[in-house]
Amino acid sequence: MEFILDMLSALCLLLGSFLCLSGGVGIIRFPDFYTRMHAVGVTDTLAASMILIGLMLQNTEVLVLLKLVMILVMTLFISPTASHALAKAALHNNLIPLTHTKKNKKGVES
Amino acid sequence: MRDLFAVAMLSGIYGLLSASFFVAMDAVDVAFTEASVGAGISTLLMLTAVTMTGRSEDTGRHKPIWALVVVFITGGLLIYGTLDMPHFGSSQAPIHLHVAPRYINDSMQEIGIPNIVTSVLASYRAFDTFGEVLVIFTAGIGVLGLLGMAKRRKEDEDNDNLDSKNKLMHEQYLILRIVTKMLIPFILLFALYVQFHGDFGPGGGFQAGVIFASAIILYAMVFGLSTARRVINQTFVKLLAAVGVLLYGFVGLVSIFKGGNFLDYNFLVNDPVAGQHLGILLVELGVGFTVAAVMVIIFFNFAGRRKYLQNLNDKGNQ
Repeated sequence: MEFILDMLSALCLLLGSFLCLSGGVGIIRFPDFYTRMHAVGVTDTLAASMILIGLMLQNTEVLVLLKLVMILVMTLFISPTASHALAKAALHNNLIPLTHTKKNKKGVES
Repeated sequence: MRDLFAVAMLSGIYGLLSASFFVAMDAVDVAFTEASVGAGISTLLMLTAVTMTGRSEDTGRHKPIWALVVVFITGGLLIYGTLDMPHFGSSQAPIHLHVAPRYINDSMQEIGIPNIVTSVLASYRAFDTFGEVLVIFTAGIGVLGLLGMAKRRKEDEDNDNLDSKNKLMHEQYLILRIVTKMLIPFILLFALYVQFHGDFGPGGGFQAGVIFASAIILYAMVFGLSTARRVINQTFVKLLAAVGVLLYGFVGLVSIFKGGNFLDYNFLVNDPVAGQHLGILLVELGVGFTVAAVMVIIFFNFAGRRKYLQNLNDKGNQ
């Protein structure tokens, strides 16, 4: 039983870390503000929840578990709202999303 | 760097990072304060100030060479001073030989509170903390004195427009408003938890006050300043700031009248340990009142000043 729990929590933690990392890559590699924000906004929520679930599986104390659940609920509320507010603020300040196809250096449409 | 917005954000990130290394050094209370004050509210207040003054720094009229020289000399002297200090983590350092063992060994019998930081802050060093609270109170008075005037006139007019304006804003900020409405009770509850749980875990009046104020500031930011003014009575907030300091001072005075020294909680009740508990509770409550009220006062006056300047500009353009 303990072994299964450990494996599950390790899986969750690894997945969470991978998602964090992919969000970090996204914020550097994506072309404009909105796509970058999308990369982080989406992965961050899931990554944080995965890591929190992994931590929940690790411990047995009820109080710690409850605290982690509270943090999870708060994260699920706050993180998407923050992304939403950020995108709204950018749009409000006339930052136009990148919608057209851009020509790269060789002149080929990508 | 000329972009003041970026500067404010960077200082917030610096606050968060230093909070992380305080956690790494097991100074949880300091980390908590740094995260809530350094990363949270001071960044917020700086950003509010930036909206008032304009986003980019003015080009300087003088060369800052002399300032750099002064910084280098001061920095050099400080580094020279650290040479005399004991090695990092050395067990022979004076602080580990003199007061720290006493706090660690005796505070449980003398004060009976698991969190030694709180007993040092609110009981052994109560006089210093009183000074800190007074500093915060003075800052609030200073902001009121400088910015509190010359803004009452437009208010009645604002109130008439408020409802129609609110409806217009409502659709635009729907998601933000709903989530904020859901979160604010939890933030307030967390502030109260931090306030009254400070004896047992990290926390206390300073952090709780800042968190409480941040909930109110969040409300003001999302629902508009005029709505927030309707909800939170400004006179009451000003009164609360004074009540906090007075509560702190009166605890000290009562302990004098009961035959002890200023802020000597042992004399508050017949049992010294119970007296300490009561004194710390009241003093932390006073700190919480003052900090929360002053933060709210500073934010409201900064933001209200901005509105006043906008009105002036509009009139000038007409």
